[in-house]
Amino acid sequence: MSQRSALMGPALRMGGLVLALVLLVVVGVATGGERFWSTGNLITVLSLAAVTGVVSIGMTFVITSGGIDLSVGAVVGLASVWASTLATQYAAQDYGWWVIVVTALAVGLVAGLVNGALVAYGKVPAFIATLAMLAAARGLAEIIAGRRTQVIRDVEPFFDVFQSRPLGVPTIVWIFVVVAAAGWFLLNRTTFGRRTVAVGGNPEASRLAGIKIKRHTLYLYGIAGLTAGIGAVILLARTTAGSSTHGTLLELDAIAAVVVGGTLLAGGRGTITGTVLGVLIFSTLTNVFVLNNLDSSVQAIAKGAIIVVAVLLQQWFAAREKVTST
Amino acid sequence: MSSTIVRPRRVAGAFAATAAAALLLTGCVSNEPRESEDDAATGPVAVTENDEPGDEVVIGFSAPAADHGWMGAITAAARAEAEKYEDVTLQVAEGTNDVNVQISQIEGFIDQGVDAIVLLPFDGAALTDVALEAMEAGIPVINVDREFTSPFAARSTVLGDNYGMGVSAGTYICEQLGDNPDAVVAEIAGIDSLPLTQDRSQGFEDALDDCGLDVDARVAAEFTVESGEEQTANLLSAEPEIDAIWNHDDDQGIGVLAAIENAGRDEFFLVGGAGSKNMMDLIQSGDSVVQATVIYPSTQAADGVKLARLVAQNKTVSDLASIGVPRQVQLYAPVVTADNVEEFLPIGFDS
Repeated sequence: MSQRSALMGPALRMGGLVLALVLLVVVGVATGGERFWSTGNLITVLSLAAVTGVVSIGMTFVITSGGIDLSVGAVVGLASVWASTLATQYAAQDYGWWVIVVTALAVGLVAGLVNGALVAYGKVPAFIATLAMLAAARGLAEIIAGRRTQVIRDVEPFFDVFQSRPLGVPTIVWIFVVVAAAGWFLLNRTTFGRRTVAVGGNPEASRLAGIKIKRHTLYLYGIAGLTAGIGAVILLARTTAGSSTHGTLLELDAIAAVVVGGTLLAGGRGTITGTVLGVLIFSTLTNVFVLNNLDSSVQAIAKGAIIVVAVLLQQWFAAREKVTST
Repeated sequence: MSSTIVRPRRVAGAFAATAAAALLLTGCVSNEPRESEDDAATGPVAVTENDEPGDEVVIGFSAPAADHGWMGAITAAARAEAEKYEDVTLQVAEGTNDVNVQISQIEGFIDQGVDAIVLLPFDGAALTDVALEAMEAGIPVINVDREFTSPFAARSTVLGDNYGMGVSAGTYICEQLGDNPDAVVAEIAGIDSLPLTQDRSQGFEDALDDCGLDVDARVAAEFTVESGEEQTANLLSAEPEIDAIWNHDDDQGIGVLAAIENAGRDEFFLVGGAGSKNMMDLIQSGDSVVQATVIYPSTQAADGVKLARLVAQNKTVSDLASIGVPRQVQLYAPVVTADNVEEFLPIGFDS
């Protein structure tokens, strides 16, 4: 019985998320009909989910381990700016479009590793360390860009690659799919993933079990930074420009998606599938609201309600699991 | 389940090495163009006898941080205007979005005893008191763009016309679509909670109403490229057939255009807002959906400097019959199209 409910718990939680998404889709079809259920619109929803989605995958790892990364939005901004300065654009013209991609990923990764080093080795609380990075990365982005929008010009191959649609689906959606699949594999099928859950569930026991917690933490924030770099590449491709305002408040969207998806904010339990569903719920919500020409303020209220309901449901399921398994 | 498929140390090491190499490659984060371009913004200059050098005046200038293209152009244009006069010394305080800092900047100007102050407040209400202080100390204050709450706080006020922007955009769209009452008109607004956005939308609605059109779809972005792209992508998805779009702000317009391009749509024409150089270039080239943009003058602080000089030198505005600099100047929101873009290009700002 206890084993069965342990299996049923996650399935039920996923069921709730799928139900929520289906409900939104039904509302979308009922109010928008053909306009909602067209291939073009579904691709719009998925493309909109791509940036938040990719960043949320990295965030899932950090939160599962009991940490938090408030800096991802600012790091997306910094990476987008660094990867679109004229110096980078000239290098991209001379050597190839990949220079832009590698620069964005590198900036994200380095920022993430700095976060990780501060949290793991500097013993700075994650909330504070990443809050500091949020402020600093945004400031650095503003200085580099001079608060101007940096349009990428004359690097056509970059847009040829990222704005293309293999099999009818935009490259950026494929990137989201690949990152989500890689994240799922890493979290569920590797020692690294099991260690992440263990560190979040019980750091002391994990340490005694021989997990090198500090190094592990460093890697986790590195992953979050790297996904922020990938998010920056997607944003560059979508907007054709880098800007220090890119990714503003993205960290909150990512945390909301992760938590709504069923990952425990306290750590010890994480789900990539849940995160993906959480991201899709929010981007579908935005889409349905615009489809019906509704006020964006009402949308914000709906978003808040979804977050609260999801967390209440989580707690309810968690309590039930405890009761049935003991 | 097999274990240790991924060796974290090696993977991370490889990533770190690549990262270091990449950052070295683009090591500098310079934004210097390869060939230096000289594009100092100089508008059409009308020469009057007022421009003859008069008494030497020191003008204090304070404005919010240049965190978007338009605001950057505000300060640049004010500096450029002051440069033209050998009798003007413009003291520019560092742009700030902190009202406390801005108040202390004005207090500094008062202590120093400048001859006039040009002030674009971050928040008009918050800066009213210190502006009153300056006026009481005998220093004329020229209020730009965001109004003080007391009429005694400024000698003269230079305002843009947000309602008029909406009217200009709506009237232009009416002219283009007038004979088709079923035409689908969409609006991409800025931050909805700001009075300026509400004024623009109201003007737009009123002008469209005049010719029997209405706003069929409306989204609000946040004046940023990212939000412009996101909102427009949804909007285009929601409306499969559009005839005209008005986008309130050319800074967010870069994102708006990216979304239009991504969606491969071109059955409509787009009217911009504010008047960036980027949009004017597109209007001039004629090979995009951008057909017009409505000016919200980024030269209004430059006008402020000109008026401050006249007030400080006890001169009057030369093309008016009445004596004395007017209490208030509200600027016009003209529509820039392919026909007149040449004239406006010099005041287009880099977003």
